[in-house]
Amino acid sequence: MSHSILLFLTTFAASAVEAVEALTIVLAVGVVRGWRSTLVGVGAATVVLAAFVAALGPALRLVPIDSLRFVVGALLLAFGLQWLRKAILRASGYKPLHDEGEAFARERAQAEDASRAEVAGMDWYSFTVAFKGVLLEGLEVAFIVVTFGSTQGRLGLAVVAGAAAVVVVVALGLVVRGPLMRVPENTLKFGVGVLLTSFGIFWGGEGAGVSWPGGDIAILGVIAYVALLSLALTRMLRRRRPALEPVPTRA
Amino acid sequence: MRYLRSFGLFWWDFVVGDDWRVAAGLAVALALTWLLARADVTAWWLLPIAVGLVLAESVRREVRSSEERRDP
Repeated sequence: MSHSILLFLTTFAASAVEAVEALTIVLAVGVVRGWRSTLVGVGAATVVLAAFVAALGPALRLVPIDSLRFVVGALLLAFGLQWLRKAILRASGYKPLHDEGEAFARERAQAEDASRAEVAGMDWYSFTVAFKGVLLEGLEVAFIVVTFGSTQGRLGLAVVAGAAAVVVVVALGLVVRGPLMRVPENTLKFGVGVLLTSFGIFWGGEGAGVSWPGGDIAILGVIAYVALLSLALTRMLRRRRPALEPVPTRA
Repeated sequence: MRYLRSFGLFWWDFVVGDDWRVAAGLAVALALTWLLARADVTAWWLLPIAVGLVLAESVRREVRSSEERRDP
């Protein structure tokens, strides 16, 4: 039960963060150059991502569970530590914070400068930018959905969590009619990094043949350990940093 | 050939990212855990400690190079 809740929360939060970034790109292109080609690009990328999940998810069920957990654990560890490392450096001021307002302004300026020639009734600049933006941001989500869902045998739940996050972000985007600058993206990324790394440790260990003290409930201890470790590192770096110049925000 | 290279680079960046030493450290830690577990030695503690060390070392390296860039 606790695993299902954590699976839902992790997939939802990771999907929300990536959806916010994809929304910024799509909005900037759509507002400047029109919606038709932009939305065709979004649709095409969504089809590719759905095909990725539909093909890989069931295929992974054929892999023996211990081997699957070992490989998924290793991948989640590598992937989760990338998120966590960046989040710690951002939280302590050594890397610029991600800023959706700045990202929107930059994408908008590029969309205005690009040539407006249409081919076969399509604005291929809008299509390509929207397609690439949604595909690249969505690929990380698809990866998390497939690995979490398959390892837990709850692919459906992982897909629902990912889709729910996208629906919520798009709905908020429609209400706000602009990029979602007030979503605490950097904090969410920190939390997702902690969860991905914790599940990586837990499943990687199980796949390697380790018996966790307390069984499945040990995942809560692993999450607490990774969270405290990350907060301690952030605090140490913040103390070291005051003498240096502040790092500006970055799109 | 160029496409194959780009494809490989994309997946390398996707999984390994900025610091290959993190991925290498994790591979060693997972292999050691597997070996200890096969030898019936209690090994659950190894991965959490290895992750802590790998993360702290990677962050320390990035901070040091960031400080050197600012104050060469």
